[in-house]
Amino acid sequence: MTREQTPIVRFRGVTKTYNNFTAVQSLDLDIARGEFLTLLGPSGSGKTTTLMLLTGFETASSGTIEIDGKRIESLPAHKREIGVVFQNYALFPHMSAAENIAYPLRVRGMGRAEVEAEVARVLATVDLADKGHRRPGQLSGGQQQRVALARAMVFKPRLIVLDEPLGALDKNLREQMQEELRALHRQIGITMVFVTHDQSEALTLSDRIAVFNKGRIEQLDTPEGLYRDPCTTFVAGFIGENNLVPGRIEAVGSVSASIRLDNGRLVEADAPNRPLIGERAFLALRPERIAFAEVGDASAIPAKVKQCTYLGDCYRLDVEAEGIGLLKLKLSGTIPTPPVPGNMVQVKFSDRECRILADR
Amino acid sequence: MTIDSAAMRSNIVGLALIAPLVIFLAFTFLVPLGRMLVLSVSDTELAAIMPRSVIALASWDGETLPDEEAFAAVAADLAAAREDRTAGTAARRLGYASAEWRTVLSSTARSLPDDASSITNWQDTLVSIEPAWGQAKIWHALAEARGPFTDIHVLTALGMDGGPDSGLYVNVLVRTFVIAISATAICLLLAMPAAYLLSSVSGPLAGLLMLTLLLPLWTSVLVRSTSWLVILQKNGILNQILMALRITNAPLDLIYNRTGVLIALTHVLLPYAVLPLYAAMKSLPKSQMQASRSLGGGPLSGFFRVYLPQVLPGLSAGGLMVFILALGYYITPLLLGGQGDQMLPFYIAYNTLQALNWGLAASLAGGLLIVTVILYLLYVRLVGVERVRV
Repeated sequence: MTREQTPIVRFRGVTKTYNNFTAVQSLDLDIARGEFLTLLGPSGSGKTTTLMLLTGFETASSGTIEIDGKRIESLPAHKREIGVVFQNYALFPHMSAAENIAYPLRVRGMGRAEVEAEVARVLATVDLADKGHRRPGQLSGGQQQRVALARAMVFKPRLIVLDEPLGALDKNLREQMQEELRALHRQIGITMVFVTHDQSEALTLSDRIAVFNKGRIEQLDTPEGLYRDPCTTFVAGFIGENNLVPGRIEAVGSVSASIRLDNGRLVEADAPNRPLIGERAFLALRPERIAFAEVGDASAIPAKVKQCTYLGDCYRLDVEAEGIGLLKLKLSGTIPTPPVPGNMVQVKFSDRECRILADR
Repeated sequence: MTIDSAAMRSNIVGLALIAPLVIFLAFTFLVPLGRMLVLSVSDTELAAIMPRSVIALASWDGETLPDEEAFAAVAADLAAAREDRTAGTAARRLGYASAEWRTVLSSTARSLPDDASSITNWQDTLVSIEPAWGQAKIWHALAEARGPFTDIHVLTALGMDGGPDSGLYVNVLVRTFVIAISATAICLLLAMPAAYLLSSVSGPLAGLLMLTLLLPLWTSVLVRSTSWLVILQKNGILNQILMALRITNAPLDLIYNRTGVLIALTHVLLPYAVLPLYAAMKSLPKSQMQASRSLGGGPLSGFFRVYLPQVLPGLSAGGLMVFILALGYYITPLLLGGQGDQMLPFYIAYNTLQALNWGLAASLAGGLLIVTVILYLLYVRLVGVERVRV
């Protein structure tokens, strides 16, 4: 195995407990060299703690963490060579943007002329060449964000970690910064570990996403893999939208299973987390995979429209399906006759579009 | 009603609400302060008691002895003063120039004959009572003391009156600043770790620590200074412990010297240094030091380049507060200091209460005020007023 293929960071059996609370539980995680990995999860799911363990601001209760094959648990934070972009940027308010960026070089004892050259180079990279003399308080949110990025990468760290850095920005700026972050990642090719609770941000930015829940990684996959093939009910509900229709497992195959829905219909679909026969489980069904049925379609389910919202490119519907319950639908915005709340409609979905997930 | 007049009305209401405070401040702060500054140069005591002498001396050429009329005026004034029991006050005022005039004036007043009608030559009478009346010096002193303004107190305070111990108050002022600066430095050094501890703990422990910090503030300064008397004296608790532990063989001199003053002053003033520092440290986000560490800054770089510059406003505010309070401390040096540790406020109090030389007391207080204001302005110039936050 060549060096390029060994993971840059390796967590093995890492647990972090505070008093009685387990923040991270026996975590195994490999971060590939040069990838953009996102740690995604709701607050309190352990993603930020994982980051703190990596940067050295927290110490693991047990387990090992390696960077480039060397264990780092006892290495203090300032010797780990990891660039961090903080949630509120944590720029030093008493220094100008250029001084902020020069800080990591100065503490490493780099010569004055060299520092100035490096700072100028990095300022140009983040498109702030003429703003170096300004204090953070005189910069806009997006500019502060870029200074923080510049500061985190100027000393050529082994990887950069970003702790919800876009949370404070408004929507347009956030999308622009996402673009810039991706471009920068492609440009400098450094490993980036990004923490967020925003699933759409994770889908936009990442090579891979680790979905955290209750101190564990529920699933680690590419954005497409997570969306298409969620392996747990949590991931199915957290990444994009999903209808979770309850039912009882009747048969189990090697990769698939059959579930009897409450309206009597038997559905056979992929079952990635191995449900047991007789167990209560869920059929995960994307809203955009449900369609209106033609009159006379045998597999159609009658449903009553509860609510209909027009969103330009699509309609979002809540319908009460007979024997199944509430379903969310997403229909193309170009359908000729918009549904009216109170009307009866026929809905259908195909077994291939579903996944059977046990609730664990 | 237009918007303008509505705004005006609300302005007037606002001003009316703060008016009591403004009036209160004017009467309790500005008026006494101005009165004090006037007092330091005003000189009306002698003119009130010896009006005839003042008028008689107005036409004196100052080179030869004054004429008979002036001698008669002095005698008449002193006789009247003896009747009114104000001769002592006049004698004290004349004594500011030189202590011997005080004796001359009071003994003259005492020795004047009861029946003045038989006396024709007042010059001979006065010179026979006190030969000093035969020389021009006392007349010069009298002429200078006629008022209504004098520079004698200001000159004494500045050590420029030419007397034998003229440097006294300059030395005291220097000593006052040395003690205040020492106490400030010790307070800040002790306050840094204390404030850091306070700002980094949370929960019930934080409350307890805060209470131990504030508790001394709620206790009288007199009580606290007296407790140090008990602890620090020759056979006090501290010396007994030190000797029992065989750290020293003989009791240490911890009291009636600079050590005692600084220990007690530091203790009294420490909370004023800790609280602004605590506020500054508490408001510094934890991520600032984390950022420094993640960027490769070791503990020392982080402290000096990131932490200290950002808590400097608190440090400045605390230092300034301690320094200005220390300048005015009176009871602590009085109880725990020796002769050479008394600060300017002691001498202000002495001149106000014992020597009854209010003019000198006012001059000293004015001097302290002016030097303090100059230092404050210098400090603002160096640190910037916007950085002095509490």
